[in-house]
Order: sequence, then structure tokens, then C-alpha cells
Amino acid sequence: MATTYRICPRSGLQFDSDAEKLMRWNAVAGVLALLTGGVGALLVILTRWPEVHLLQADQFYLVLTSHGVNMLLFWIIFFEMAVLYFASSTLLHCRIATPRIAWLGFWLMAIGAVTTNVAIFQGESSVMMTSYVPMMAKPHFYLGLILFAVGALLGCFVFLGTLVVAKAEKTYEGSIPLVTFGALTACIIAVFTIASGAIILIPTFLWSVGYIKEIDPLMYRIIWWAMGHSSQQINVAAHVSIWYAIAAIVFGAKPMSERVSRTAFFLYILFLQLASAHHLLADPGMSSEWKVVNTSYFMYFAVLASMIHGFTVPGAIEVAQREKGYTKGLFEWLRKAPWGNPAFSAMFISLVGFGFLGGITGVMMGTEQLNMLIHNTIYVPGHFHATVVIGTTLSFMGLTYFLIPVLFKREIVWPGLAKIQPYLFGLSMYVLALVMMGAGTLGVSRRHWDMHFAGATFAYEWPGAAYLMMTLTGIAGVVAVIGGGLWVLQVVISILFGKKLDEGKISNKTVPLTLPLPQAGGAAVVHHGAPGTLVLALLFLVTFVLYYFVNWKYLSTLWGLS
Amino acid sequence: MSSISPPAERIWWKAPLDKMEIAWIGIALVWSLTMFFMMVYWHIYGKQNLSPETYKTTKEMFSAKTQAMVDKYTVRKESDIEVVHPPAGKPGEPTDVYLIARLWNWWPILELEEGKTYRLHMTAMDYQHGFSLQPENINIQVIPGYEHVVKVTPNRAGTYSIVCNEYCGIGHHTMVGRLYVTKGNE
Repeated sequence: MATTYRICPRSGLQFDSDAEKLMRWNAVAGVLALLTGGVGALLVILTRWPEVHLLQADQFYLVLTSHGVNMLLFWIIFFEMAVLYFASSTLLHCRIATPRIAWLGFWLMAIGAVTTNVAIFQGESSVMMTSYVPMMAKPHFYLGLILFAVGALLGCFVFLGTLVVAKAEKTYEGSIPLVTFGALTACIIAVFTIASGAIILIPTFLWSVGYIKEIDPLMYRIIWWAMGHSSQQINVAAHVSIWYAIAAIVFGAKPMSERVSRTAFFLYILFLQLASAHHLLADPGMSSEWKVVNTSYFMYFAVLASMIHGFTVPGAIEVAQREKGYTKGLFEWLRKAPWGNPAFSAMFISLVGFGFLGGITGVMMGTEQLNMLIHNTIYVPGHFHATVVIGTTLSFMGLTYFLIPVLFKREIVWPGLAKIQPYLFGLSMYVLALVMMGAGTLGVSRRHWDMHFAGATFAYEWPGAAYLMMTLTGIAGVVAVIGGGLWVLQVVISILFGKKLDEGKISNKTVPLTLPLPQAGGAAVVHHGAPGTLVLALLFLVTFVLYYFVNWKYLSTLWGLS
Repeated sequence: MSSISPPAERIWWKAPLDKMEIAWIGIALVWSLTMFFMMVYWHIYGKQNLSPETYKTTKEMFSAKTQAMVDKYTVRKESDIEVVHPPAGKPGEPTDVYLIARLWNWWPILELEEGKTYRLHMTAMDYQHGFSLQPENINIQVIPGYEHVVKVTPNRAGTYSIVCNEYCGIGHHTMVGRLYVTKGNE
């Protein structure tokens, strides 16, 4: 049966009915994973809060494994599949390629996610998300992950196929949009990531059923992290694309320069994959040269790319706002931004938090020598809650506020709540990330059930400040879980019971995208530039430089190591 | 025409760049290179670089070497665990000391001397473990099958704890060892 196309009356976007259904199902599956992971988050945080210390050790490690896998893999990758279909089929006005294979991919992912969750909740697979060998989980733990990965790989190929369809059927003119280009970057990184995952998880699965005698633990770490860290790079490419998309949707912003933004994405493709090294800096076996080159993504060219996006996204907003007349002073464009629009506020809190909290600390801990200060401390989850939760999850939440009326054709049930939710969730995550990193700087371990070391022969007494930081972690964490829970509730209730909205005109034919005719002599537009953004960027740089060198100073006081 | 539509200009790659954008890219590039060369600089002039010296080993081989050290240099016992104080080597000839990570303890207790350099050999007997020296805050991964040799020079006398900070099963939180640094030949 041929597909149909619908033009959304609220956004003007055109949806292919097959793609639309796939997007909805993937997004919903993602939200279910987020819900599972979120319940886990609450239990984890209530156990690490020293005064509460809720769960027993075995339950804690079980729930922590589930929290990591559901959040970092299932929630994010399901949602990213929806983003890929949106960035291809919807933005290019074309039908989705091979919808049946896309559904096969979806069901493989769903079955895989359920299988792994079953393995975790049966116990005996509390191996953490990283499942470092030689600690062994049950075979279906690995099998579920493999099925999920194969499903996601099919989704990537459907995305690539859809780009081919759009080109062949001439549904657009010129080049693909920047957001689609960013999604393509995410897809290319995803293919590499999933391949790495398959290379290591398939033998590990065979080992768990007894066909392989031994998996080398160091080799496991290198290849596993080529999946584990690279999957976070899919997120970076995806959520940066969403930042551009939300800037475009809310402000009509266009990139300050297509060339710069696309080059920055291209730098991601070239260099982000070296990130496996970040997790091996405190390991034996690799040479210092290998560590230095890889951990810096080859001379920090991928960090350069992120710093470029960090400038051009708000820069694009500033230019768009100035064109609308908000030209007073350095920051009128920002003050007059729609702070009550949850898509925008989520996106902006995500951008600032990702840069200041996630980016700076990521580079610090990814520095070969500085890594010794924080390796495996709770600083690490502090950092990645700033990148993955504030960066990725919050921007996905922001996009969802836009998608509920547009894609699900429902009205948001509690607009007042929607206004405050990004602040509640985002800012409590800021605090959470900061205090976790504070505790980590004092040495507190990650993935650790009891900072009092109950039952240990030689218990260590952490400094009082470390306990304080962990208490604050507990409080901020509970607020963040409430903020996240309100989002899930809002989304689920809106999708099920929200007021139905007009779905718009349906037709059998797509409306191709056309370019405006070139104007003679070029358009005479006033060029505004982005001075406010430059000031913010310089503030970022100063913070970055100070924090970076403070840590070198700290390092220089340690025992001599050579 | 915004970021979610095809670029309005077909030949977008020839569009001129904004001056502020160029300035920022330049600054960011300089900073990126500075950070890169900082790591190289520290390898040449810094005093805290993690040694990459590593050998393949087995449980048996490493246990034998550790046992030999314990047999020779045990000075006392604490909670039934040997405290080992091998003589510090002359400058340029660091003493080899051995540390085993296993479920769920660090063995033995090493007693080192301030200002002296040691070659600290570490491996794990079963799962992966994490060497987290507190309150100094030096963190190193310990991996079974690999013998990591780290040259250390303690610069402060005192009692240190070695907290395991790689998840290693249900008793992970009880895996805390001890390490002493004494002033000279006390």
C-alpha cells in the first residue's frame, strides 16, 4: 500500500505516514526505557545518600546495572531512531525507505531491551553497564544487547536509504539541511559504534555460554569502549543537531555559516571515534603516546568542533533575534528569548550545562595525566550526568514538547507544568553534577555501595566534606528524579488523554522542497554578527582555562610517579 | 530557510564567514593545541606521569614473587595481614614491591619510606579492581593477567588507605587495604 503524506497545520512540516508511526513507536519505547531507568535512578540515589542508604548491596548493584543500561543505551538510542527518521523523511519531504525493515529493526531493539532487562532483574547479571570481563553475566544479558544493536544498525541503514530515496526522487533541491547533516554524522558514528559493540559482545556472549575459554580483559576494555564512549558521541552529534533544530523551529534561526557548522560535524566524524582511550588512561598496557594522541581526539580537533557548535548555535539564535529587532546592548536578544517555551528553555539549559559542566570537566578528566586524579571516582558519573542527562536527555525532552502537538497531534495537558519542568530538571541536574564532581575530587568511588565500608578490616574515613557532597547528591538527585518523572507523566498523559488536534491535509503525493530563486545582486541584509555570544564564549574560555590549570596544580602536589 | 531546510544558497560553501565566528575558531584552535602540548610538556618536565610499563603475567607467577617479598621482609602483622618493609634502594635503583588485588582485599600491607622511589608491581587475581590511594587520590586500574609496574615516590609520611574503586562483586565495599609511608629509616 502506498504511503500518504500529511502536512501539519501547526508546524508546516510534512510527515510520511509510515515514518510518522515509526517515530511515535520509537519515541514511546524510549520513554518506557527512561521510566525504568528513572525508577532505578531514584533507588540508586537513595542508596548513595549516606543518611538514607536504602538498598542492600546486591539490590543496589542490580539496580545500578539496570539504570545504566536503560538510560545510556535503550532510552537514548530508541529516541535517536525517531530523530533519524525525522531528520531524513520529514525534513527531506520523502517517503521512508523500506519501512518493513525499519519495523524489523524496532522489534529487534524492543526484544533485545526486554531480554537484557529480564536478565538483569533475574539477578546474576549485576555486572554494570560496562560488564567488564572476567565478571560474567548470564548469556541473555549479552544476547539482548546484541539484538538491540542489530536492530539499531538496521535503523541506521533505513536512514541512509531514506537519504538515497530523497536524492533519487528529487524531493529537495540543493544540499540536505544542516540538521539532517548532523543526523547523518550521528548515523555514521552509530555504525562504527555498533560494529565495535558486535565485535566485542558476540565473543563475550559465546564465552558466557562456554564456547570461548577466555576473553582478554584489556582487549575487552579497548573494544568495549569503542562502543561505550562512541555511543556517547552519537548522542553529541544528535543533540547538537537538535539544538540547531530547536533554534530553527523557535527562532527561524539559520546557521551563521553552513560551512563552519558542517565542517565541525565533519570533524566529529574524523576524530570522535578515538574516544575509547578516555577510559584506558589509568590502565596498564597502552603506551603514553597512544594515550595522549587518542584521548585528545588527535590534538583536540573534536573538542574544537564542540567549541564551534557551542558558539554557532547561540550565535545563530542571536543573529535571528537581532534581525527581529532585539538589537539593544549585548544581551537583549537573550533576555527577550521565549523563556516560557519549554522547547527553548530545555535547549538553552542543555547547551549551557553541556558546555560549562560537561565539556570542561570532560576535557580535564580526559587529559592523560589528570585522569589519575579522578579515574573511577564519582567525578566520572558527575561528568556524564552533565553531558548525557543535561546535554542529551534534556534536549530530547525539549524536542518532545514540540513533537507532542506536531507528531502525536495532541495538546500538552499541563502547559504550566511544561513551563517549569525544564528548569526543575535541568537545574537540579546542574547541582547534582557539581556535587558529584565535588565528591569525586575528594576521591569518593563510583559504583560503590557503602562509603562507610561496613565490615571492612581497614575502613577508610572520608573527609567530612565528602559526606556533605554525597548528601547534597542525594537531595539534588531526588529533585531531578521528580523533574524527570513529571516529564514522563506529562508526556504519557498528553499522548493518551490530551485534546486531539487537527492532523492537517493528507495527500498521496509529497510536496518537494524548492529553493528560492537567486536574487540579483544578492540580498541587501544588514549583517548583525553575534557579539553577545562572543562574550559568553569568552566567559566559557576563561572558566575552562582556570579550571584546567587548577587541576594541573593539584596534580603537581601528588607523589612522584614515573 | 533555516537549519531544518536545505541551505538557501546552492553554493553555500563560498559564503563569507562572520568575523566573530572566525575569531572564536582561532581562539578555540589555539586553546586546543595548548591543551595537547600540555600533556607532552608534562611528560618531559612534570613529575606525575603514569608508567606504561606492563607485562603479561599469571596468578601463579605473580603470587610467587609477592610471597617471596613477604617471606623476606615482613616486619609485623595487622589483623592477620603481613606488613612488609623492604629496604629502600639506592638512588637510581628502586626497590621492587608487589601488591595483589583480589576478592576482597589488597595484599600485603606495604610500608614505604618517604622520598624513596619504588617500582610498584600490581595485578588482579580474579576480577578487575581499582587502586585508589586515599587521601592522596591516585587512581589506577588493576587488570587480571597484566602486571603493571608503576614507579612511585611517596612525598608525605603517613597512613594511607587503598580503596577498591572498580566494582568487583558483592563485597566490593569491604575491599580496603592499607599502606604506610615512614620518615626515613624509622
